[in-house]
Amino acid sequence: MSAPKSEMDATPAQLEGVFRRYRGERPELIPILQDVQSVLGYLPPAAIAAVAKFLRVPESVVYGVATFYAHFHLTPQGRHQIRVCQGTPCHVRGGRRIMDAVRSKLGIQPGQTTEDRHFSLERVACSGSCALGPVMVIDDKVHGRMTPQKARKLLENLK
Amino acid sequence: MTFQETKEKAESIWRDFADHGKRRVLVGGGSCGRAAGAHELMRVIRIFLQESAVPIAVHEVGCLGLCYAEPLVELSAPGMPRVVYRDVTAENVLDLLRDFFVHGRAGRDNAMAVMDGPATDGIPAFAELPMLKGQVRVALRNAGLIDPENIHHYVARSGYAGLAKALELSPDQVIEEVRKSGLRGRGGAGFPTGAKWEFCRRSPGGEKYVICNADEGDPGAFMDRAVLESDPQSVLEGMLIAAYAIGARNGYVYVKAEIPLAIERLEKAIAQAEELGLLGDDIMGKGFSFHLHIRKGAGVFVCGEETALLASIEGKRGMPRSRPPFPAQSGLFGKPTNINNVETLANVPVILERGGESYARYGTEQSRGTKTFSLAGNIVRTGLIEVPMGISLREIVFDIGGGIPGGKRIKAVQTGGPSGGCIPDRLLDVPVDYEKLTEAGTIMGSGGMVVMDEDTCMVDIARYFLEFTQSESCGKCSPCRLGTRQMLRILNDITSGRGKPGDLELLQEIGSAVRQGSLCGLGQAAPNPVLSTIRYFRDEYEAHIGEKRCPATACRRMAGVRARGRFSRPGADHDGAGGAGRGRTAPALQPGGP
Repeated sequence: MSAPKSEMDATPAQLEGVFRRYRGERPELIPILQDVQSVLGYLPPAAIAAVAKFLRVPESVVYGVATFYAHFHLTPQGRHQIRVCQGTPCHVRGGRRIMDAVRSKLGIQPGQTTEDRHFSLERVACSGSCALGPVMVIDDKVHGRMTPQKARKLLENLK
Repeated sequence: MTFQETKEKAESIWRDFADHGKRRVLVGGGSCGRAAGAHELMRVIRIFLQESAVPIAVHEVGCLGLCYAEPLVELSAPGMPRVVYRDVTAENVLDLLRDFFVHGRAGRDNAMAVMDGPATDGIPAFAELPMLKGQVRVALRNAGLIDPENIHHYVARSGYAGLAKALELSPDQVIEEVRKSGLRGRGGAGFPTGAKWEFCRRSPGGEKYVICNADEGDPGAFMDRAVLESDPQSVLEGMLIAAYAIGARNGYVYVKAEIPLAIERLEKAIAQAEELGLLGDDIMGKGFSFHLHIRKGAGVFVCGEETALLASIEGKRGMPRSRPPFPAQSGLFGKPTNINNVETLANVPVILERGGESYARYGTEQSRGTKTFSLAGNIVRTGLIEVPMGISLREIVFDIGGGIPGGKRIKAVQTGGPSGGCIPDRLLDVPVDYEKLTEAGTIMGSGGMVVMDEDTCMVDIARYFLEFTQSESCGKCSPCRLGTRQMLRILNDITSGRGKPGDLELLQEIGSAVRQGSLCGLGQAAPNPVLSTIRYFRDEYEAHIGEKRCPATACRRMAGVRARGRFSRPGADHDGAGGAGRGRTAPALQPGGP
């Protein structure tokens, strides 16, 4: 939750571009938060406040929604988002071993970001490419038929 | 442009695309194909084509459903059979292309099937492939055959003919046609679609909504993703027909954000349909108007439940509410709302075009038509299939899916995701039918089918699903919030050698309370994986509790309790897939964020 001051100050101007695309109505809250996060990478407190003001709702409402949905992050994320699928088909085909390999390679747990902010690691329930399980998703690109070795190699190539 | 003119233009574009006199490369480019490397492949192919002396067209198409063989590439040239190749890589593709286009020889390595004719040179005909035999493709009629980003391809293959027909009928007649088809909700619950539409049509109110539920959330289910990626127009046309039938002018597609390619293709499909006057105001000049919006989910499983989905579109926390009032009475923004699943909607245009009775010819008395399934897990031919209802699970797993890899024995088939159950080997002759599957202790579900071999521990699978539902419980009602947590605790104990006599009875008791007391389908169905595995695999539970032993040697935390030779074999990890197992830690599925 402790975003550097500079990032918090930088937000309002960037948000104007997002707000211009909306009318400022309550049902737009989730798409707005999605757009804000795609601009800033996460939802810092200043952005939450700005969205609340734009929609004329209490900040608690925005926080309520932002913390309910798994995709929203209130802390800065790594440059690369690593998602390891733990869906049933991936599970029965060794998904846990992929997660173990990634976890030890990056030295973080699911839900965490490396200190250098290179990587964030997430555990996802299904990425829909089950036929190629086990699957790992790096920045929205799905990599199928993973092995621990292949997973480690992919991460090394990103460094 | 009238629809007739649109059709003629589309047909000429399609003739050009499908022309046998032309050289053409098709690459299977669904998410599966891309995950297997189709993207890199496209790059290499493009370089080859640029250097080619003769013009060769290249197109990305959707998913043929043969995911196990991805990436797939289809080649055609004048005087040559149209051949689809499997397991094509950046390394072997150049040889294939050179043989085919330069030497006029259809290479046999990696050749999978002849797409448009009989077997040639020992390469089997596509329809004769074991995975294709026995399939009837309605919802998947265009998948892998057309360019999903080209509306003309869809129109040329009878697309929007169903809508044209519907607009000639009264809304009541349209509903009657859907009723005659016997179509039931393909999202899993199986409510008759015609009755659902009628309910919404009869609800008083000037403003109504149609929503497509594309928040496919069951782990192991990818039918809707494949339909959206391979044939998005079929879903739009289904929504248009539904909107006309119930009297809606606005609609939403609520699609999960994890499938960006499907969203991208859906956006393009909407823009193209608007451009041709098939979406928007005064459609086909019949005075009917319909506007469509996309809403992306944000990673919450329960938002697939229809009242939670509505809350999410309204910009709220996606928590379910009690029914009645049903969405058909008071749905989105308090207006009557009809919500259908992707596959349900993809079937609708065909039902209108060919008549409800033609669809009802397939299937069983209570379960008409066809159903798509995604085959995954320990099965030889993973992929996407569509079969007539009434086919047995055994036929699906062994005839279509090719059985179990590695000479292993099958243990169970899991259907219905976290809301379903596991069917044991001995009951695999059960037909695919809503009622018969429910009797067997599982549900039809949306179509995820995960096959499990003998190395899978059924107690671990039950624990795995409870871990999922427990973390995805929204917390609004206590039976689900607290009940799933208690059940998970007991299952964690059992799988780590701390099970006690009486645990099974306690699981059944809590399970029954959760089933009866929960507010929505997530909680009501959450005990299913546990109850069905206790019903069919009680001996495995008893071995864990009484003998502190995991018969499948999958539960690693048991090993320390009673170490026997084979327990310590490396790779006997919880995932049952062999390989170098590590210490087992099981963080709950993270809701993300702090």
